[in-house]
Amino acid sequence: MKVLVPVKRVIDYNVKVRVKADGSGVDLANVKMSMNPFDEIAVEEAIRLKEKGVAEEVVAVSIGVKQAQETLRTALAMGADRAILVIAADDVHTDIEPLAVAKILKGVIDEEQPGLVLCGKQAIDNDMNATGQMLAALTGWSQATFASEVAIDGDSATVTREVDGGLQTIKVKMPAIISVDLRLNEPRYATLPNIMKAKKKPLDEKTAADYGVDTAPRLEIVKTGEPEERAAGIKVGSVDELVEKLKEAGAV
Amino acid sequence: MIAASLATSVSSGLGEEAMIFGQTDEHHMIADTVRSFVEKEIYHHEELVERTGEVPHEIAQEIKQKTIDLGFYACNFPESVGCAGLNHLEFALVERELGRGSMALTHFFGRPQNILMACEGEQVERYLMPAVRGEKMDALAMTEPGAGSDVRGMKCAAVRDGSDWVVNGTKHFISGAEHADFVIVFIATGEDQTPKGPKKRITAFLVDRGHPGFTIRDGYKSVSHRGYKNMILEFDDCRLPAEAVLGEVDGGFEVMNTWLYATRITVAAMSVGRARRVFDYALDYAATREQFGQKIGKFQGVSFQIADMITEIDAADLLTLASADRLDKGLPANREIASAKLYASEMLARVTDAAIQIHGGMGLMDDYPLERFWRDARVERIWDGTSEIQRHIISRDLLRALGA
Repeated sequence: MKVLVPVKRVIDYNVKVRVKADGSGVDLANVKMSMNPFDEIAVEEAIRLKEKGVAEEVVAVSIGVKQAQETLRTALAMGADRAILVIAADDVHTDIEPLAVAKILKGVIDEEQPGLVLCGKQAIDNDMNATGQMLAALTGWSQATFASEVAIDGDSATVTREVDGGLQTIKVKMPAIISVDLRLNEPRYATLPNIMKAKKKPLDEKTAADYGVDTAPRLEIVKTGEPEERAAGIKVGSVDELVEKLKEAGAV
Repeated sequence: MIAASLATSVSSGLGEEAMIFGQTDEHHMIADTVRSFVEKEIYHHEELVERTGEVPHEIAQEIKQKTIDLGFYACNFPESVGCAGLNHLEFALVERELGRGSMALTHFFGRPQNILMACEGEQVERYLMPAVRGEKMDALAMTEPGAGSDVRGMKCAAVRDGSDWVVNGTKHFISGAEHADFVIVFIATGEDQTPKGPKKRITAFLVDRGHPGFTIRDGYKSVSHRGYKNMILEFDDCRLPAEAVLGEVDGGFEVMNTWLYATRITVAAMSVGRARRVFDYALDYAATREQFGQKIGKFQGVSFQIADMITEIDAADLLTLASADRLDKGLPANREIASAKLYASEMLARVTDAAIQIHGGMGLMDDYPLERFWRDARVERIWDGTSEIQRHIISRDLLRALGA
């Protein structure tokens, strides 16, 4: 079985995000970028499936700007076998919307014929949480979202999902799109031999036009703003005062 | 230490986004991997090491094993002995990122002395291979109480007795010797009369811990790098066989110059990494601390310090990587390495000092790690050739050629 893992290049989770002065988005110039942490978990899971003999090949794919090549090299260094870069924008600030991404991924699936797609449940930049679901709709494959446990058993997969009320276990038919959640695994570090090997692994370059997909945005971002700043607290001297203040604030 | 793991990278790299000339994706991945290793596997042990001055055995073993699993152990050694064979530039990136963490802990991210490549015959299986596999740890001993910068002034001497050598003398400031299974020791094996006076002939020896007549004992308490101990070695009629000689008899300076030449890059690179960690604290504080109704970073007295800090850090980074790159290209690099070591270590002193100034009184409290970085920075201008020795190397390189 071949596993396809879409990975997105996003602002590093350690970086303090700055909103651009004109409110048109987040400033990405000269900022550290990394693989979306949920995608890293998907890559890790795919590699584990390969190590268990469930998967034969792990293919990482990224859709975006040319610099996403670095993100794919990271996936290759972790253990993916080869990579596909679909260039869909020149400006690092261009975010390709989920539907366009899903349509391109559909094109990649038609070409590659994987038996499974493992993707992050969402990207930490815009938290859309839509690509996996849209891809399932476009392909007609089963979908299992927010996976915290995945077991592949021939032509079906048992997936434990993290839902609001707790854990839900479902069984889906293969081929499937599985979007992964935070607790599925702990991604490995790239080992030094694999980092050195990553350069020699194949990385194909394509464009959105190769898949006949129009990536023009359908959504308009009206405004991007800083989160509201947390107001300073106060110190209270006694339990009575605390209760009084809570009452004043309407909290009790 | 409340703030020990404060917002890791506000800024950090040399334009994280931009490719520095000559650097590749692999370079970025090597640096990123080591950096996240240090942040996740080293930082949280630092407070314990700082408080106790010791690295617990289990923690040392854990770091060592994880480094082996990552394929980074002895990455400065070539593929011919089963290692990664990083070049000088790649290795400088590794050292730079390790420089962020406590030296007492990163010691176990093993980088044995390259000089072990001079091993021959049975020495290969006895010392070189176990060292690169992480089965045995090494240490290097040169300095003596009476012979610091003046290596040739050493008194520790070996006298021939049949085919053996009998050694007497003392070495001090020997880092890592408390964990070492064997030590590479430089010992005087004779003296030549020269027009400038007597000059010692020096030989490198491999000596096992526990060898009769050889003792390793605790050294001094240093203000820099707590837990990264300096030890005292004592030789008391210690008898070493001819096979203990590393390289040629009287060839100590040759092995030193061949293999220890590049170790100054390590000090420069580690200084850069540590400075970047310190800088992130300063930048974060300048951007959040308020006085007189505004962020202190709005005051030019603070913001200009920030500007100077990052300029110097980037300059030191480039100087260091460029000197390593020269070595990889086979170009003369002695002066450039000396400049990198001199500038980076002095830069670190200024950056740690400025970071404390920006933090004000809190910077001196051990609730923050800044006072530690400030103390640790002091030794970088002293070991592996003092700033004065580096200036001597740089100026002689330029003036000797002109007959001055």
